[in-house]
Amino acid sequence: MNEKILIYGGLFVFCAVVTFPFWYNLGNASVAPEILLSAAAKEAQTCVADKSYMKNQHMQILNIWREDVVRQGTRSFQGMNGKMYTMSLSSGKDSCMGCHTNRSQFCDRCHTYASVNPYCWDCHITPKEIN
Amino acid sequence: MAKELKPQEFIDSLNHQPPKKGWMDLPVEIKKGRYCYVANPKSLETLGFPYARKWDPLEEDWKLPENWQEILHNGFKERLKRFRSIKVFMDTCVRCGACADKCHFFLGTGDPKNMPVLRAELLRSVYRNDFTMMGKLLGKAAGARKMDAQILKEWWYYLFQCSECRRCSVFCPYGIDTAEITIFGRELLNLLGLNIDWIATPVSNCYMTGNHLGIQPHAFKDMIDFFVDDIETITGLRMEPSFNQKGADILFVTPSGDVFADPGTYTCMGYLMLFDYLKREYGLNITWSTYASEGGNFGFFTSHETMKRLNSKMYAEAKRLGVKWILGGECGHMWRVINQYMDTMNGPADFLEVPVSPITGTPFTNAASTKMVHIAEFTADLIKHGKLKLDPRRNDHLKVTFHDSCNPARGMGMFEEPRYVIQNVCKHFYEMPSSTIREQTFCCGSGSGLNAGENMELRLAGGLPRANAVKYVHEKFGVNMLACVCAIDRAALPTLMNYWVPEVNVTGLHELVANALVMPDEQERTTDLRGEPLQSAEDSE
Amino acid sequence: MEDKYKFAGIAIIVLCCFPLVCIKFLGMRYVFGVLIPYTALSIFLLGFISKVIGWSMSAVPFRIPTTCGQQESLPWIKANKIDCPFTKKGVVIRMLLEIFAFRSLFRNTKFSMDKNGPKMTFSWELWLWVFALAFHYSFLTVIIRHMRFFTDPIPLCITIVEKLDGILQIGLPGIFISGFVLLGAICFLFLRRIMIPQVRYISLAADYFPLLLIIAIVLSGMYMRYISKVDVVGIKSFTMGLVMFKPVIPDTISVMFYIHLFLVCTLLVYFPFSKLMHMGGIFLSPTRNLTCDTRQKRHINPWNYPVKVHTYEEYEDDFREKMIEAGLPVEKES
Repeated sequence: MNEKILIYGGLFVFCAVVTFPFWYNLGNASVAPEILLSAAAKEAQTCVADKSYMKNQHMQILNIWREDVVRQGTRSFQGMNGKMYTMSLSSGKDSCMGCHTNRSQFCDRCHTYASVNPYCWDCHITPKEIN
Repeated sequence: MAKELKPQEFIDSLNHQPPKKGWMDLPVEIKKGRYCYVANPKSLETLGFPYARKWDPLEEDWKLPENWQEILHNGFKERLKRFRSIKVFMDTCVRCGACADKCHFFLGTGDPKNMPVLRAELLRSVYRNDFTMMGKLLGKAAGARKMDAQILKEWWYYLFQCSECRRCSVFCPYGIDTAEITIFGRELLNLLGLNIDWIATPVSNCYMTGNHLGIQPHAFKDMIDFFVDDIETITGLRMEPSFNQKGADILFVTPSGDVFADPGTYTCMGYLMLFDYLKREYGLNITWSTYASEGGNFGFFTSHETMKRLNSKMYAEAKRLGVKWILGGECGHMWRVINQYMDTMNGPADFLEVPVSPITGTPFTNAASTKMVHIAEFTADLIKHGKLKLDPRRNDHLKVTFHDSCNPARGMGMFEEPRYVIQNVCKHFYEMPSSTIREQTFCCGSGSGLNAGENMELRLAGGLPRANAVKYVHEKFGVNMLACVCAIDRAALPTLMNYWVPEVNVTGLHELVANALVMPDEQERTTDLRGEPLQSAEDSE
Repeated sequence: MEDKYKFAGIAIIVLCCFPLVCIKFLGMRYVFGVLIPYTALSIFLLGFISKVIGWSMSAVPFRIPTTCGQQESLPWIKANKIDCPFTKKGVVIRMLLEIFAFRSLFRNTKFSMDKNGPKMTFSWELWLWVFALAFHYSFLTVIIRHMRFFTDPIPLCITIVEKLDGILQIGLPGIFISGFVLLGAICFLFLRRIMIPQVRYISLAADYFPLLLIIAIVLSGMYMRYISKVDVVGIKSFTMGLVMFKPVIPDTISVMFYIHLFLVCTLLVYFPFSKLMHMGGIFLSPTRNLTCDTRQKRHINPWNYPVKVHTYEEYEDDFREKMIEAGLPVEKES
């Protein structure tokens, strides 16, 4: 009998582990984050590429930019809309952060939600933080 | 035929590469030299086993009962309920192949169906077909096969090419034990009367006369008396063994093989001398039984029920004689049965006392419930307490290595006791390589009732890995004596050594003990128990 | 022999194409996003439970541990407390080592033969153990990491596992070590099956199938992370919908994700009916999970039944005259 208790106890623990996401989230009201655009971004209307592309691939663009700036010394980038941009994350009005001024509302919301930990901020600081 | 092949030719013919054709499509080919003669119907009838008949494995028709498939299916089903081991082992194998090159029969024959995993798959494939959804749904793609006469023949052929040594189970990540599967498979085969004679007849003999060889009580005593004469020639002392004696301190049970054939007989003489020594020096009274005159249990190779029927005699006799506890001789599978089955099957032995050595006072707490002690444990304890006068120089002509017998190794864990004894009675002791001893020991190739004559090729093949390790220590250290604690070993290893390493002889542990044992008032010994001159005697001349 | 892994390979290709076609052309997003995952998880859980209960219903009539070390006997002989555990505590350690460190596989040896000698040698063979461990632990890490899609807020322990897994910070998005180890280990296991003749000989389609299935799962996952990129936030809102029983199907999720999900569902459904149940079976192996104190404590067989025996009385009846003549004591004189 003792052994049956062990087996069924073990099964119970196994089920608890497997169903962990179901009971863990009980009572949590998880809602996918909405991105809040800053006034500047709203005004600009378009980014360097279209919205869905930016959503999935922005880290790739940033990666390429970093490469181009640091290794090649190139600093300007022609967006899909034909406009020229400075390839920079955080310095200047036409850098990323120049438009998307609020890091916590623009970047962190999704990153936190999806547990993405970019190391952008290991080196860069947001313009706001300077003030 | 192996008998006609020279060892080197045997080795050269060995091929471990699997055939092109998948094992499921490879029909079984029953080869002479690899199988044992089938059970004598008379033996099966004595035991009340079903479908006793004459049949021939080489014939197409095995004269099976009409509904044999149904019998097997129901037998399988019933045993899945009875044995969790089988059920779990049927389901969990991932075929990682870790067991494949661990089996001495695979190593020695190269037959892929002797890989433990495939031996089990022979049954597992039928299990999938009969009892699992996947097998029913996907059939052969899921590794399932519908039982037919070919498969049954395959079962019979390969289940009697497994010596239930459990070496594979040491290496299996899930502990899958082919011995368990073989035991189960043979139990199923016995439902159809498909046993081999080397098992069925000893079982029937043991059932009726108390021992495998069918030695009747008066003859048993005569044979022992014959040893008493031999001992007298060597030591000048007359041993006085007692038989069926009520009120003795201890009942001694050992395999009858030791009473019957060399070199086991010398081990038997060793027991007699040790017991007589203990009687003379300490007044200990150990009795032999003619009713329970068999330690071995070939019922274990037949079915759980048969094992129980034969084993019951030990407790029954101990109870009848009113002894305190039971001492067991050197035997392999006997000790698996005693260590892991006896108490459960035929206990509780509440009419016996917790074993305590009357000489040293050591309580054998590890045997507190079963109340049976292994003679190696008993003797090691005596030696440790200095209760035996020993002259190990009398074994100076021997360079000894020790073969761990499968069952005391992997069904009991007895490694140090026999080694301690050997090292106290011999001065020259050498171990074989570590991957061939202790829990990784190799079988003699003849265990589980396969030590017949007609399957000699199989036995020589199965014993090759063991012989190979012996050869290694023989060449490296000049080892000339292979010690063991198993009666089947003593029966099988001499043949094996004779073929592979002819310079090495085989001995039981207590032959070595008796050689070294200095009996009170004995005459000066010039020979060992075998009549071989002692080195010390030669030196002094 | 070749048809076996080809058969498994074709099955995997079909399984990949199935969601592709159904979603691309039939738009069956709800079926693949909601119905199939729920069904698969239910089958997995119920199948797993019923299998283990099935095992538990069978008796353990005898205590049959495989003793892999010195028994407990005389006080001055050092017993092996783990490989031949005399106590429950020893059994627990033995089981933990089996389950978490693959103790038995660690013993693995490789046999080789020199026919001119003739000599058989057995050498320690660790690769199977190494890759088996690598496979299981990296798979576990991957599963734990995936919990970031199923929890909100994400528990710290999961974040820590993720951080450690991404500690190399190579590339962008940074690589997770576990994924690559998993892929490497499983490819080893697959190649081993094909290349070692004996292992190939014993392998069934049922052995190749889960390997290829997991390879496909890993590749589809890696493709999304490292190559195609997906709408991670969209996926998380989908997975959170599943675990909160409020399924939503964002239309930004790519077909590759559905393929990945469908393959995982296939694995879940396949699991309880296959050899993958070794996950549960390892706990119940009677050669490992029982104490070796078999002569000290009596084990009870629940179905132990009386058997026909040849009693001493019957025996004496058979041989009385001869016994008396030989001077053996008897119970009845005539």
